[in-house]
Amino acid sequence: MENLTKIVKPIILILSLLLCCYQPGMAGIIKVTASQPSFSIQQALNEAQPSDTVLIGPGQYKVADLQVNKPVSIIGEGLPVLDGQHTYQILSIHADNVKVSGLKLQHTGISSLRDIAAIKIYQGKEIVISDNIIEGAFFGIYLSKASRCLIENNQIIGQQQTDQRSGNGIHAWKSDQIRIIQNRISHHRDGIYFEFVTHSLIYKNLSQNNLRYGLHFMFSNNDLYIDNVFGQNNAGVSVMFSKYVTMIKNTFRDNWGDGCYGLFLKEITHCKIYGNKITGNTTGIAVEGANRMSIELNSFSENGWALKVDASCLMSRVNSNNFTRNSFDIVTNSSAVAGNFDHNYWDKYEGYDLNKDRTGDIAYHPVSLFSMIVANNPTTMVLFRSLMATLLDKIEKIIPEFTPVSLVDNHPLMQALPI
Amino acid sequence: MKKIIKYIIADILRSKIIIGYAVLLLMISLTVFNLQPSSGKGLLSLISIVLIIVPLISIIFSTIYIYNSREFIELMVSQPIKRKTIWLSFYMGISAAMSLAFVIGVGLPVMIYSCNAIGILLIIVGVLQTLTFISIAMLAAVYSKDKARGIGIGVLIWLYFSLIFDGFVLFLLFQFQDYQIDKLALILTGLNPIDISRILLLLKMDASALMGYTGAVFRASMGGQAGILTGIVDLLAWIGIPLWLSLRKFGKKDL
Repeated sequence: MENLTKIVKPIILILSLLLCCYQPGMAGIIKVTASQPSFSIQQALNEAQPSDTVLIGPGQYKVADLQVNKPVSIIGEGLPVLDGQHTYQILSIHADNVKVSGLKLQHTGISSLRDIAAIKIYQGKEIVISDNIIEGAFFGIYLSKASRCLIENNQIIGQQQTDQRSGNGIHAWKSDQIRIIQNRISHHRDGIYFEFVTHSLIYKNLSQNNLRYGLHFMFSNNDLYIDNVFGQNNAGVSVMFSKYVTMIKNTFRDNWGDGCYGLFLKEITHCKIYGNKITGNTTGIAVEGANRMSIELNSFSENGWALKVDASCLMSRVNSNNFTRNSFDIVTNSSAVAGNFDHNYWDKYEGYDLNKDRTGDIAYHPVSLFSMIVANNPTTMVLFRSLMATLLDKIEKIIPEFTPVSLVDNHPLMQALPI
Repeated sequence: MKKIIKYIIADILRSKIIIGYAVLLLMISLTVFNLQPSSGKGLLSLISIVLIIVPLISIIFSTIYIYNSREFIELMVSQPIKRKTIWLSFYMGISAAMSLAFVIGVGLPVMIYSCNAIGILLIIVGVLQTLTFISIAMLAAVYSKDKARGIGIGVLIWLYFSLIFDGFVLFLLFQFQDYQIDKLALILTGLNPIDISRILLLLKMDASALMGYTGAVFRASMGGQAGILTGIVDLLAWIGIPLWLSLRKFGKKDL
């Protein structure tokens, strides 16, 4: 025992000595304070060496398009306010390994020509943008040709104007391996916008009250979004012209109004939609031209139309979902819809289960005649829940004539799945 | 007048049919609320029932009652009482008894299981529905001397309002679907007391389905407090106009 302590003691001593001498990267800290206007943030950024830290003290700073050309960390102490004076961009990043944290950025200019943003990454790798508040910006955080970046824990609130005078909360273009985690975005045009973005993760964000989409995908492949909440956006969430996008455990709720969707899918292939909650939307999920899509273990409740599937969808799977308290479960525009709709729970199912295998013994046709009539002529909605509509549905159930025969659940569940 | 009303109420309550009606409604409401997991869904089923059963029973019961009281009416007319008073007393007596049955049969369970704005609106609409169809029944009864024919007309009116009218609306909407017909649809529904009640209730609860452009038009003109008021005024017109017409006819009728 004594021997052991004899050996360990010097080791600890040497280690602690080493620790004292070590300074991380030997990087310097450059301080900027509001009380010293002669030394501006831009000057600090110019003077900084690569891997230095620019520490910004609390207070108000009027800035105009700060240029970051080297790998530095820009860190705010006590939430300093960087104000773009309604004219300028605030931070332009042209380097790799930049870190921006603890700042409040506000009042950028508005220009659709230059796409002014609070923080704009022109090109860069390994950039971290975390714990910032961005208010009243045209674009919040703009990434172009960025890769391996992390955008975490930011609060981005737009100025809520018209579509034209408002940019996107987080906008990514031609980027790869982006992680967008735990941000709160509201009152922008699109909450999060992806165009040509690949291998990226969107996790635990809250995107609501946006003018257009909560989340918008265009031509973005191999992306994953998990556990986000999208609510009260003008048009919900939209995924278009993308491949291999996976959506898990998200909540799409209260997207209200005409032409409004919880989730809108257009021209997508190999997308997986698992375990999402789709509640209180005019249309829960609308699909146009999807190939090999699977919608499983989701809960659709209290939507006007839970699922709109166009005839242009091929080989889709809609299995093991709960459909409860929707006005209409499925609506389609044609009598020929290809896909598998088995093993779902439908609260409108009226069948029985004699052999006790927990699936109904007679098949369920989720498309009602009245829903097809309404899809053709929306004004007929005035007859919703009238005796006339009910009778039409019942007759159609007994002798199917207009509703698609192929759109059928052969094994409807008797009890809702615990989702 | 009071005396006649009292006598009519007592007479109807003695007939046990009205008690059967109240018990039937009570049983349906309780079953519906106990069967459904959520009271919202129970309320939805109850709306369909209220919109079908209440008009039917109201119209048939009151037509039969008027025909059965023919001798009593003749006796009253021979007394120094105004015809207007007699007819209105009949209306009020039947209405009071039927509304009481409705409030016991549907109002009580709704108050117990789902006492909210929609529940209260359902009770109000149900009572107005009862009053409307009694008023229509009295118009039918006053125009036809033959009992069987009068009851037939009553059933036909019910069938017209709950089914044929909607079929007609559906036909019109498809014929004119290339035009802006939202306003037309709105006016059309005003011409049917069952439709207007249904839409009043649906706008309160199933709003998501009624969205779309038509939904927006409906919400704009029917959704708010003013819309509910418009609907109720429309229903009151449905009570008042047939009653007034029947009153005029009864005043001049050769019994």
